[in-house]
Amino acid sequence: MTALHELTVAELSKALRTRTLSSVELTRGYLARIAQHQPALNAFISVLHDAALAEAERADARLQAADSGPLVGVPIAHKDIFCTSGQKTTCGSRMLANFVSPYDATVVERLRAAGVVMLGKTNMDEFAMGSSNENSYYGPVHNPWDPGRVPGGSSGGSAAAVAARLAPAATATDTGGSIRQPAALCGVTGMKPTYGRVSRFGMIAFASSLDQAGLLTRSAEDSALLLGAMAGFDARDSTSVELPVPDYSATLEQSLKGVKIGLVKEFFDSGLDGENEQRIRAALEVLREQGATLREVSLPNLPLSVPTYYVVAPAECSSNLARFDGVRYGYRCDSPRDLLDLYRRSRGEGFGAEVKRRIMTGTYVLSAGYYDAYYLKAQRVRALISADFERAFHEVDVLIGPTTPTPAFELGAKTADPVTMYLNDIYTIGANLAGLPAISVPCGFVQGLPVGLQIIGPHFGEPKLFNVAHRYQLETDWHRRAPAGFA
Amino acid sequence: MEWETIIGLEIHAQLATRSKIFSGSATAYGAPPNAQANLVDLAYPGVLPVLNAEAVRMAVKFGLAINARVMRRSIFARKNYFYPDLPKGYQISQYELPIVCGGAVDIVLEDGTSKRIGVTRAHLEEDAGKSLHEGLAGLTGIDLNRAGTPLIEIVSEPHMHSAREAVAYLKKVHTLVRYLSICDGNMQEGSFRCDANVSVRTRGSEKLGTRAEIKNLNSFRFVEKAINYEVVRQIELLEAGGKIVQETRLYDSDRGETRSMRSKEEANDYRYFPDPDLLPLEIDQLYIDAVAATLPELPDQKAQRLIGEYGLSAYDAGVLTASAEFADYYEVVVRDLGGHAKLAANTVTGELAGLLNRDGLEIGDSRVDAHSLAGLLKRVADNTISGKIAKDVLEAMWQEGAQADAIIETRGLQQITDESAIERAIEAVMAANPAQLAAYRTGKDKLFGFFVGQVMKATSGKANPARLNELLKRKLGG
Repeated sequence: MTALHELTVAELSKALRTRTLSSVELTRGYLARIAQHQPALNAFISVLHDAALAEAERADARLQAADSGPLVGVPIAHKDIFCTSGQKTTCGSRMLANFVSPYDATVVERLRAAGVVMLGKTNMDEFAMGSSNENSYYGPVHNPWDPGRVPGGSSGGSAAAVAARLAPAATATDTGGSIRQPAALCGVTGMKPTYGRVSRFGMIAFASSLDQAGLLTRSAEDSALLLGAMAGFDARDSTSVELPVPDYSATLEQSLKGVKIGLVKEFFDSGLDGENEQRIRAALEVLREQGATLREVSLPNLPLSVPTYYVVAPAECSSNLARFDGVRYGYRCDSPRDLLDLYRRSRGEGFGAEVKRRIMTGTYVLSAGYYDAYYLKAQRVRALISADFERAFHEVDVLIGPTTPTPAFELGAKTADPVTMYLNDIYTIGANLAGLPAISVPCGFVQGLPVGLQIIGPHFGEPKLFNVAHRYQLETDWHRRAPAGFA
Repeated sequence: MEWETIIGLEIHAQLATRSKIFSGSATAYGAPPNAQANLVDLAYPGVLPVLNAEAVRMAVKFGLAINARVMRRSIFARKNYFYPDLPKGYQISQYELPIVCGGAVDIVLEDGTSKRIGVTRAHLEEDAGKSLHEGLAGLTGIDLNRAGTPLIEIVSEPHMHSAREAVAYLKKVHTLVRYLSICDGNMQEGSFRCDANVSVRTRGSEKLGTRAEIKNLNSFRFVEKAINYEVVRQIELLEAGGKIVQETRLYDSDRGETRSMRSKEEANDYRYFPDPDLLPLEIDQLYIDAVAATLPELPDQKAQRLIGEYGLSAYDAGVLTASAEFADYYEVVVRDLGGHAKLAANTVTGELAGLLNRDGLEIGDSRVDAHSLAGLLKRVADNTISGKIAKDVLEAMWQEGAQADAIIETRGLQQITDESAIERAIEAVMAANPAQLAAYRTGKDKLFGFFVGQVMKATSGKANPARLNELLKRKLGG
């Protein structure tokens, strides 16, 4: 029999509902694995041992009462950016190290209502700013495939936890690639939905116009199942979209015959690791064999996405993070002399270097005299990039390319140069700027490290993304590989 | 040198919504500190603003009432600055694209001429909380009950040239927002307040002078005093060869002067940018039409109608329509009375307004209701009592809550119209004042008034004045 922790959410769902497995048993198993591997991986900021078991008991009662919900009793982990009522919600920052949220984020609330069990809160780059998880106040997360390497970021804890089988699935957020990049680097499936598809209420804001909640799972099938429970209009988030949520699981198996796939020319132009490219080309061949047609498309403005993003995102973050002022909650410096001292020291001591760098960058680009040259220009370029995507989707159903230029790099390799670090997001940022859904699926290994295939769809094109990813996963087993020592 | 004053006002009117502009908290005034602050108002991590549709409807109503353009698309922007009573570290306001553009308000000046004051724009924004220092030695208390209360900021063109014009404009807008039921207009509680931009220039000059902005004026009197002080300050400074610096000034009502708060150089760079948490506000014509259909009769329309229907002067019509309730009261009186519109206008704007003012009451709290006042004026109209006696009866009604007829009856205040009774009183007065009588008869016509007064005194003011005049003239003539 397969070990419990090797089962996917879809498989667990069946086992729980046929009562061949109890949620308490399952939850205990995962809590034990977390306890065992947390010291090596540091994937969690908090582990909710007792609360998880209590939830599992309630889930078992629901299952006993023949509750047919597919997620009842399934344990998952939440990125520590989602507010969880009565639990510490730190956002990876010293600023919120003492913050206990009085309420649940919509994502948490919906998944709770669906019956999932919350195992814990996963580690992350501080305020979701980073591509390596090295910016966490709680220390870096280690990549389960090679503990000397980064798991990617900012959702590094969620990706590492899923890859190491410390949770069957985890929520995450993606502002510039924070779900897809760690998914690629940890060999798991990472889904960033369309902007507005999942409520941002209760998800601590980094860059409001780019942030989107999503999932790290072991398969596209699991992602489809969970997204169905998370997504949908929320009156508490004005940017959430009032569109019905389709049954993502229902269309997973559709044939790929006639599906038009666009290869983004700019993704293959430069900077892409040669071996990585070979894996992508091989994956495309798999899809072609399934009946999909391939053609090259160009998104001429896409190369401008990194500089555009690094104006828009810091601008929004400089304002979003102003509320962390030491006045009402969170970190407050010792014996402030006066108001200015309270602000300066609370923020100076409470925030890490990368967060401060972005707040300063954002403050600069919004300042009088610079606003037009930076912020406004970036917004114009953003519109051009969106238009490029829109044109492409007149021709093709989905766009495909790599998720990252290289596999996981070594801890500390890029910390000295923020710009090199920023270039990690070169392939992922476009989807955020245009608000598009995108998924990263494992497509092989380069020197023993996983790499990801990115599939980008038009607005609300999640069903097609899940369909293509699932068909690919039916033909390949990259997503089933476990890192040594975690199988 | 002759100077010209240029004034523009920025009025902040709190919209009378039940809940806040971006959260579900109540907006009622006077709750214990922070009793009306929820997680959104406290800017907890992860919370998001949701626009209150009622605030939008009220802003649209205002735009329509001043014949402005209601914008199909407006944008909320963040105004970034740090302050303890601003929990998010930014105020959500509208910057480049406000909800209301253009429009105008007509004011009537003392000499009866009217003047049109342009409105540049009106935009929606949230109020900040309050910092409290009293009774907290070395500490600052923060009360966020007001944080997030919806405001409409109404920005005028620099069309006013004196403090009086500014006050007339402010009063007119005050009247308007109350007619529209979008603001309670309570200036003590800060529901209606303004900033004044004041500059001077030599008459005939094209270029505007450097302006000072006087912040947070919360009474009509303070607006007038602050502007007058500021104008004198600027002129004196310029005439002494000095230069005006662009700055924000505070009005100190205790000292009756303005003083510098911060100069332009020290001003915050607010780093406005569109709020990504709120979608652009889109308004369609159907919505605008629906709101337009709910507009009440506005002060200018009402004044025109009163002039036409009741033959009132523009002045009386203006006074009566200063509040809708006041005008309504008046119209009930006239309807009950079946005419005598001028008599009713004089009493309502005169004696009644005096009593309300004396006791600090609004028309809605008047101790004499419109029907009762009409009951009193009926007795004036049918000569049962004189206008002078009517004043005393009104005072008695006000104090005792009784009806006019009952008071007239129990106190025997009916006018004496019986000629013989009046004649007897006249004869007695003539007999008691032989010297005056002699003087009158030798040509001192002015003494006629003396005799009127004496007879009135003798009859406790009840002699019918017309009858008395007539009889007195005859008798004195010998």
